Amino acid sequence: MGEFKVRKTIDEINEKIRRGEAVVVTAEEMVKIVKEVGPEEAAREVDVVTTGTFSPMCSSGAFINFGHTVPTIKAYRVWLNGVPAYAGLAAVDIYLGATEPVEDDPLNKVFPGEFRYGGGHVIHDLVAGKKVYLKAVAYGTHCYPRKEYEAEITLKDLPYAVLCNPRNAYQNYNCAINLSDKTIYTYMGILRPKAANANYATAGQLSPLLKDPYLKTIGIGTRIFLGGAKGYVIWAGTQHNMKVKRTEKGAPLTPGATLMVIGNLKEMDPRWIVGTSHLGYGCSLAVGLGIPIPILNEEVAMYAGLGDEDLFTQVVDYAYDYPNGIKRNYGIVSYAELKSGKIKVLDKEVPTVPISSYVRAKEIAEILKDWIKKGEMLLTEPVAPIPGADLFPFRSSG
Amino acid sequence: MFKKGLVLRFPAEIVDQPIVWRLVKDFDLSFNILKATILPGKEGIMVMELSGHPKNVSKGLQYLRDLGVEVKTVGQEIKRNEDLCIHCGACTAVCPTGALSVDRETMQVVFDPDRCSACELCVTACVVRAMEVRLEREAL
Ligand code: SF4
Ligand code: SF4
Repeated sequence: MGEFKVRKTIDEINEKIRRGEAVVVTAEEMVKIVKEVGPEEAAREVDVVTTGTFSPMCSSGAFINFGHTVPTIKAYRVWLNGVPAYAGLAAVDIYLGATEPVEDDPLNKVFPGEFRYGGGHVIHDLVAGKKVYLKAVAYGTHCYPRKEYEAEITLKDLPYAVLCNPRNAYQNYNCAINLSDKTIYTYMGILRPKAANANYATAGQLSPLLKDPYLKTIGIGTRIFLGGAKGYVIWAGTQHNMKVKRTEKGAPLTPGATLMVIGNLKEMDPRWIVGTSHLGYGCSLAVGLGIPIPILNEEVAMYAGLGDEDLFTQVVDYAYDYPNGIKRNYGIVSYAELKSGKIKVLDKEVPTVPISSYVRAKEIAEILKDWIKKGEMLLTEPVAPIPGADLFPFRSSG
Repeated sequence: MFKKGLVLRFPAEIVDQPIVWRLVKDFDLSFNILKATILPGKEGIMVMELSGHPKNVSKGLQYLRDLGVEVKTVGQEIKRNEDLCIHCGACTAVCPTGALSVDRETMQVVFDPDRCSACELCVTACVVRAMEVRLEREAL
């Protein structure tokens, strides 16, 4: 890789972190630096850029082993605080999904349903140290004779609990409007009729995968901030797509890459794992996630320096087009425009509504920066690229 | 959750009927009695908070009125539970008065109680239920 003027290896960066000499900045700060001195100089100055996002992320959940009971049970159906968990794994292994509503939830029978409690809320309660009521039923076998088990559990007492999210950190997402004449209730929030508001769901220039748009530094095994603890990228997420339309600078214009991530639930913090209720739609889990980007060369620096005015998304109608799979958009807008509070759609000024917390995303980038500066977290070389991506060399500097 | 503060006046003929129980059972509502003076055979007064789905609450109130109960609502105010709010911004989609707005410098979501009309739209729009309804104290 002779084409780069600046070349750093992961070992050099980690050595600087160990010595407390690494220059670590947040993605927001990097935008300013690259603007001022250009990507090459920025790559010389900066070693690590930290990103963050805090937003409801469906496709999240936890694997839990609740421990063998005496007499033993092979759980067939399991509920945690009344929320069904998937028990078809093994005797006492379960998966609790974030969007599973409590068993007797009225759902959308009286519309719009409130979805006040679900899997995401149970996961939050566990992380917050609260007691959770577990109920299991079974059909009984010779080795597992028990047919019923009820207990109060706490995260501390569980033998094993990991957060394992099949799809997080969506690289970019649609900006949603409603062109019908009735209010609609969606996973993108409440959309008032006749495009009265436009909702968007990404932290823009702080958002992890928008700052490494081709996943040239983020891969399988990358150590990340997940729910307040250290977690890992383990694969591409569901619906992951690298073949998307991009800007000249490489930023995707539509939803693109996604990540599957894992982390020890027992080390997480309830501030970063919060159950959410979406009127008329369902429940979910807000997940705090941040990824450090090692600035290996000026190209990485250039991507990490993309600002809100370089990042774009498309405006999509969620009343008719989205539910009917119609691929149409009502314009491309930048995150700078979205963050200003107003965009232009169909020649009309539409107020914008964020549904992803920029404030908390920034806090995550700051925490991650602090961890790395203090040497509490070293950067990782991925063991393999995410399918469809190519990593920059992390070691050979020649 | 939608919540209403109510002052109910029960005519003497119906004080001995299990009315509140019917509200819970038939309309899926929950209640919190703040004050009650009910004497058998005499008129009764009850101050309570009634909560549930907005449509169920209005059906429940209709049921009470049909029975001859005089229903008055107590003034309510909206407070934000600062520990819960994650500053996402979702509530600003529905707030009609601009009491909830995004500070464009910091992207913090600001709540200005002086501009709040207590319409309660944000209560169920908030994904973490940080917007809470409280009864105005002087009413009790
Ligand atoms: S009660 Fe109505 S006016 Fe007050 S903050 Fe909520 S939505 Fe806005
Ligand atoms: S929707 Fe709730 S959590 Fe989000 S900013 Fe509004 S009050 Fe805060």
